[in-house]
Amino acid sequence: MCLAVPAKVIEIHDELATVEVRGVRRPASLMLLPEAKEGDYVLVHAGFAMQIVTPEDVSEMEALWAEMNGAPRTVESLEKRDG
Amino acid sequence: MDRGAATADEKALVKRLIEEIHRLLGKRERPVRFMEVCGTHTVSIFRAGLRQLLPEAVELVSGPGCPVCVTPASYIDYALAYAEEPDTILTTFGDMMKVPGSASSLAAAHAVGADIRVVYSPLDSLAVATENPEKRVIFLAVGFETTAPAEAATVIAAKQQGLENFFLLSAQKLVPPAIKMLLDDPETQVDGFLLPGHVAVVTGTSAFEFLPRDYGRPGVVAGFEPLELLRAIYRLAQMTAAGEARIINEYNRAVRSDGNPAARKTMDTVYETIDTEWRGLGKIPASGLAMRTEWSSFDIAAVNPRTVSVTAKPTACRCGEVLRGRVSPPDCPLFGRACQPEHAVGPCMVSVEGVCAAWHKYGGSRFRYGQ
Repeated sequence: MCLAVPAKVIEIHDELATVEVRGVRRPASLMLLPEAKEGDYVLVHAGFAMQIVTPEDVSEMEALWAEMNGAPRTVESLEKRDG
Repeated sequence: MDRGAATADEKALVKRLIEEIHRLLGKRERPVRFMEVCGTHTVSIFRAGLRQLLPEAVELVSGPGCPVCVTPASYIDYALAYAEEPDTILTTFGDMMKVPGSASSLAAAHAVGADIRVVYSPLDSLAVATENPEKRVIFLAVGFETTAPAEAATVIAAKQQGLENFFLLSAQKLVPPAIKMLLDDPETQVDGFLLPGHVAVVTGTSAFEFLPRDYGRPGVVAGFEPLELLRAIYRLAQMTAAGEARIINEYNRAVRSDGNPAARKTMDTVYETIDTEWRGLGKIPASGLAMRTEWSSFDIAAVNPRTVSVTAKPTACRCGEVLRGRVSPPDCPLFGRACQPEHAVGPCMVSVEGVCAAWHKYGGSRFRYGQ
């Protein structure tokens, strides 16, 4: 029930956006995410945009590899970026 | 969300992560137990076979992460009572349809003529209400922090549109109080938590800081791909091995430490916190949401209160113990026999995100908890 899907905001009219998921367009309300802009990627759950998402960061995975190969732990740097 | 076959890099990373988890935890006296509290995590873990892939030093157990599974049978009884009234349309998320109440289910009522419609968004209910001004439209508001803001926003939109024939039958629940209840039980053995990614999108990581602070347990907010889950398990293993307890966010691309404040404000506008009943777990303090008095004209339970006589037959279902991670599904005498996905007895089998359903579909393999 709690799975949200990432979608691209195509256009916005008032509080209603048209978003695209894998080529399919559908409406999504921006009532809970008024800061979303056209072109943003957003997580959509039950017809509402819930958060702006950044495309998955490849460097995150590379940092994990480096860590397991002896580099210092990356958790702190991840937390810093989050905060 | 399926991205297809793993690349060679991903395969190598999986292998390395599993070796590292074994190195970190392999020499302990008993297996370390991590619990996921999200039905989508449960399904992803089973589907990818992560339980079998992990070294025996790590046991994954499923907690009360499926909102459908923890909704009491009496809620379905109330919904059915409203469905029987004239000029009434129920709207619901699809996963509620097959959930057994005391005597029947929404799907069975629908089959004999009740007007029950599956919607993708609670907002779709407003269109139904607009098209059917002579009828009452009741949305079955079930879910965790992910759906509560959407439902609250729908009520606010109904007010803005001047709709007087739209209502909620609310059974919203909150995840952190359920985790607290599990940890307050001395019989619960969980060493760390895989925290629900999309709940945390709303609540932020700060809602889970009580885990290290009050209980000395680590938690990692995880994404939903198998590799993301494995990364989160690796973080838990690292903290467990080092004797650390912190909250780490491994789903950075969507989860901020303060979550989505606008969503929480919307939730707080319409809802207030109440003690509520969880199926299989009993009453949990401050774990539910009820509509505030100023919104009671949208609350069907306030506008048209009904009473239902609870006629639940006692069964041998051990769902409550399964949700606490005390027993695994095959320990239940009904599992795979009287209780199967096609004719479920207990709520953990009825939802595709229930642990019994996942276990039945994908196989539980080697784990018999605590052995």
